[in-house]
Formats: sequence, structure tokens, C-alpha cells
Amino acid sequence: MLSVKNISKSLGDLAIKDVSFEVQQGQYFVLLGASGVGKSVLLDTIAGLIRPDAGRIFLDGKDITGEKIQMRKIGLVFQNSTLFPHMTVYDNIAYPLRCKKLKDSQIHKRVAELAENFAATGLLKRRPQTLSGGESQRVSLARTVASEPRCLLLDEPISSLDVKARPQMRALLRKINANGQAIVHVTHDYTEAVSLGTHIGVMEGGTIAQIGSVEEIFHHPKSEFVARFVGIRNFFKGQLEKLDEPQENTRRFKTSGLSFSALTDSPSGSGYIMVRSEDVTIGNAASQTSARNNFEGTIVDIVPAGVGVEVIVDIGTEVAALITAESVKTLELHCGKRVWVSFKASAVKYVEG
Amino acid sequence: MGPSPKIKTEPLSLVFAALGGVVLLFIVAPLASMFLNCSLPELAETAKETDVRNSIWLTLWTSMAATVIFAIAAIPFAYLLARKDFPLKGLVTAIIDIPIVIPHSAAGIALLGVLSRSSLLGRAAGKIGLSLVGSSAGIMAAMAFVSIPYLINSARDGFLAVPDRLEKAALNLGASPLRVFLTVSVPLAARSIVSGLILMWARGMSEFGAVLIIAYHPMITPVLIYERFGAFGLKYARPVAVIFIAVCLVFFVFLRLLAKEKQSA
Repeated sequence: MLSVKNISKSLGDLAIKDVSFEVQQGQYFVLLGASGVGKSVLLDTIAGLIRPDAGRIFLDGKDITGEKIQMRKIGLVFQNSTLFPHMTVYDNIAYPLRCKKLKDSQIHKRVAELAENFAATGLLKRRPQTLSGGESQRVSLARTVASEPRCLLLDEPISSLDVKARPQMRALLRKINANGQAIVHVTHDYTEAVSLGTHIGVMEGGTIAQIGSVEEIFHHPKSEFVARFVGIRNFFKGQLEKLDEPQENTRRFKTSGLSFSALTDSPSGSGYIMVRSEDVTIGNAASQTSARNNFEGTIVDIVPAGVGVEVIVDIGTEVAALITAESVKTLELHCGKRVWVSFKASAVKYVEG
Repeated sequence: MGPSPKIKTEPLSLVFAALGGVVLLFIVAPLASMFLNCSLPELAETAKETDVRNSIWLTLWTSMAATVIFAIAAIPFAYLLARKDFPLKGLVTAIIDIPIVIPHSAAGIALLGVLSRSSLLGRAAGKIGLSLVGSSAGIMAAMAFVSIPYLINSARDGFLAVPDRLEKAALNLGASPLRVFLTVSVPLAARSIVSGLILMWARGMSEFGAVLIIAYHPMITPVLIYERFGAFGLKYARPVAVIFIAVCLVFFVFLRLLAKEKQSA
């Protein structure tokens, strides 16, 4: 549907080079990259705010590279609020509807619907300046969705929110995507990529280093850079269970046949847990430590990883542990050997999703 | 221990305040003396004169009409200057300021060249039965010529202060450039635009030199004051001046308050 082909653009210190990717109807494409790699420039280029130096952009097969901004059918939610300060929240959401010259009654109905969907019903009479970060972001989203874009571009929609407002925003984005909306979301935060993306592109130095499904990127990073940047090799989708004993924060997280302990105060439900490979230790026997997660498995691979060695252990699912070459020697690790892997419940990061 | 001593006042501030006082006095003293030298019966008598009333009315409406008519072109032009880069933009910006720096009598002479009956524009206007010289149309042209830089500069500064991301966001939501201009740029620059309109109107209303050359008749109040002074002396010119200043001040204060109220709404 959206097809970005060989886009290059230099803008002062920022430069994107030869960026290509495709997003299909219903996909949630997360562009993951450090700040300053030109993610926002790329979105601005797709939306037509900036003209690319080279390359083409297609939407539904039509070349829109030179199309006017207002004719593109690409909705961009800016990183910083661009709500119109001289209008109420109602008028902000109604703005794209008025551009379509809808009747007042239709506008009223649609704004009410959107406000309901984006938890903004109580905000309609307020001015943007009086909104919190999360509220402002929800209204911006509602306003852009009101314009019925073919593809929705989001520039760091979650990172600027305070921690409490994030789960609600993630849930909203998931809901929009579930309605079939194609989304391109740029972020520097891999947890957003894991919990929201169906597809991920990792940007390195102004170009895309790897594109693939979430599993491909995280489990099979093509380069050292991608592996380091995505940071997390171990993540599992599953169910966070209710608290057994109210005074305890250690919770069970169930995933295909395995059960992990996680330290979190998030509400129960489906989500992801992530464990950094640096936090996983390997031993030849089960030992009594404070680690709540201990599993026996078989080593399936030992890979040098720039700094240290990555040992992949199959415990019913693959777990990566980053350990020193010395440890590999001392423990006499080799493929096919039975070992114990362990990590603390506090090393488990849980994200709803 | 007693209360801590006050920080000593800098002598420099005192010097500056004294200088400020001199400037203020320089502005206020002549006006005050003029007002104080007019008796109430004298003012009442003058206010009844048809010539005076007609001239004040003429000055007010021509200056307002000139402001409104020229604003239609000046505001979009100011937007262009704020948003777009084009060749010779520096030159264009300098040209806009020319009416401020040239003597207004010279401005009147220059305008007369293009508005007179023998000029192209004058002949064209003559064909539809309109005379540009010695008419309210000529007065408006003269007023606008000397006052339009104030509106353009103020509106341009206003547009410059509108974040262009907001305009791009509006385009992104499907608005046409005209709609963006009318619903985003102009409302957000309204404060500067209104202030520019008031300045242009006030400057046009107080214009004397250029109008004198283009249209001695019909007589606007600044010309009337000059004529009475020349023909009858200070005593006859003063009440007209006082009444005119009072009327201007009332309008000026009223418009300022209106603009302020609109901002806070």
C-alpha cells in the first residue's frame, strides 16, 4: 500500500540514505532507531513536508512524491503537539471534517464518536494549552484519524508521555491498528517495537539496517548493530496472571508451556516479557540463589558476540545468555550440553500488549 | 537586629528617570497647553460648525476605508513576505519602508503624478466618471500611501511568529492553503494584524502633507487646521485641533480595548 523507494535526503547534520520499505494494509510498521538518525525527516518526507533529494513514494500504486501535502491522504501525528491553540478540542477534532465540508450534524456525530474512542469526551470544551501530555496526544490522534488517512504516521507518540499514560496510548494505537489502519510508527524504544509492531525496520546511520517481523529482528539480528540496538534477545508473548498473594509483587507469566516469574505491579492480562541476555546466567547444575527463574535446557548454539559470547539454550523455547569467553571455558560449555539457565524476576521487564 | 537595609538605588537609574521625565514633558506640555488654552464655550461653538463636523467625519471614514480596502491586499502580501523566499526579497522589503522615510509632501507630489487627470490611471478613472484628485478617493490613496508600511510590517511580524508546523499540520489534515491561511495563520497572527490596522488607521488619519497636495478639497481636518491657522491665526486653529485630537483619542482607546478583549476571549 505505502511503498517508500530509495529515499535520500540531507538536511543539515541529518541525512537519510536510500531508505526503502513497504507497509501493507493493516500492518503496524515500527521504525526503530537512535535519536538523530533522521526518523522524523523520513516521516516529514512521506507526508510531503519535505521534498526528498532522491527516491519515490507510492501510495496504492500511485506516485505521490510530488503530490501536495493536503492531497496525500497520509496522516502525520507530530512529536510535539500541533493542536491549534486558538481552537477548542472539539474544533480541533472537527477541523479535518470541516475541510471535507461535512454537514454540522455529521461533524457533531463524528466528533462525539472519535472523542468517545479516544477518551476525550470530557475534554471537548477545553483549550489545548490546558491538556496534559497524554490528553494532548490522544486529541492529536483523534484529529488525524478524523481525516481518514490511508496511512497513519506517528512520530514518537509514546516516549514523551509519562509512564502512567503509556499503557493507555499503546492500547489506543493497537485498537486503531486492529481496525485495519496501516501505521508507521517511529521510536527509539524497542519495547514499543515489541509490544506494538507487526513489522520492524531498524535504522542505522540514516539507512535501514534490517527489516522483518518482530521475531526475525529480535531473534535473528542480521548485524552486530541491530543486535546491540534492539538490546533484547529474549522476549515472550503470554499471559500475566493475577496476584496470588496481595502482599507479593512476584507474578507468574505463562507462555507456551513455560512459566516465568516477573516482578511487576501491572494489571494482569496479555503482554510481553523481555529479559536482556546480559541478565541471564548459565550453570552446570541448579543452584540455590535469589534468582526466581531457573530452567534446565540444552545448548543449541555458541556465538561470539563482539564483547563476550552468546550462548543459546533451548528450554522449550530459545533463551540467549551473554557470558564471557572465560566462563564458556571454565564451565566447559559446548553445543548439546545440558545446562541450567537462571535470571532474577526483577530482570524481567513486562509490557502490556 | 533591625530590618535589613534597602539595596541602594543606582544613581544611573535616577539620571535615566530624569531624562525620561524631560522627554515625557516635551510630549505632554504642548498638548496640555493647547487643551488648557481652549475655553469650553469656544470648543462648543467650534463643534457646532458644519465645516468642522464635515471634515472630522470625512477624515474618520476615509482613513478607515483606506485601511480596510488596502488591508485586503496588504495582509496576504505580509504573509507572503513572512513565509516565502523569493528573488530580490530584500529589495521588496526596503521598498515597503520607503513611504516612512520620504517627506510626505514629496510622497504627495509622487502620487499626484500617477493620479492626476493627465495620467493613465487618472484618465481611466475619468472614463467612469471618477476623479482621483480632489476627491475622497484621492484622500484615501494619499493616506494609504504613507500608512501602509505600518500594517505590512506589523502583520508580517505576526505571521513570522506563527509556528509553520501548525500550518503544515492543517495542510496534512486536508485543508486547502486558503483555508489554512484563514483559519490558522490569520487567527494566530490576529494580535499583530489588529495592531497594524490600528497603526495604519491612526497614521492615515493624522496625514497632512500628502493629502494636502492630492486633495485640498474636500477638506480633511489636518488641512482645515492648517487653513484656519493660515487665514485666522492660532486662536481659530486651536479649538479644531483640540476637538480632532479628542475624537481620535476616543477611537484609538476604544479600538485598543476592543482588540485586547478579543485576545483574552
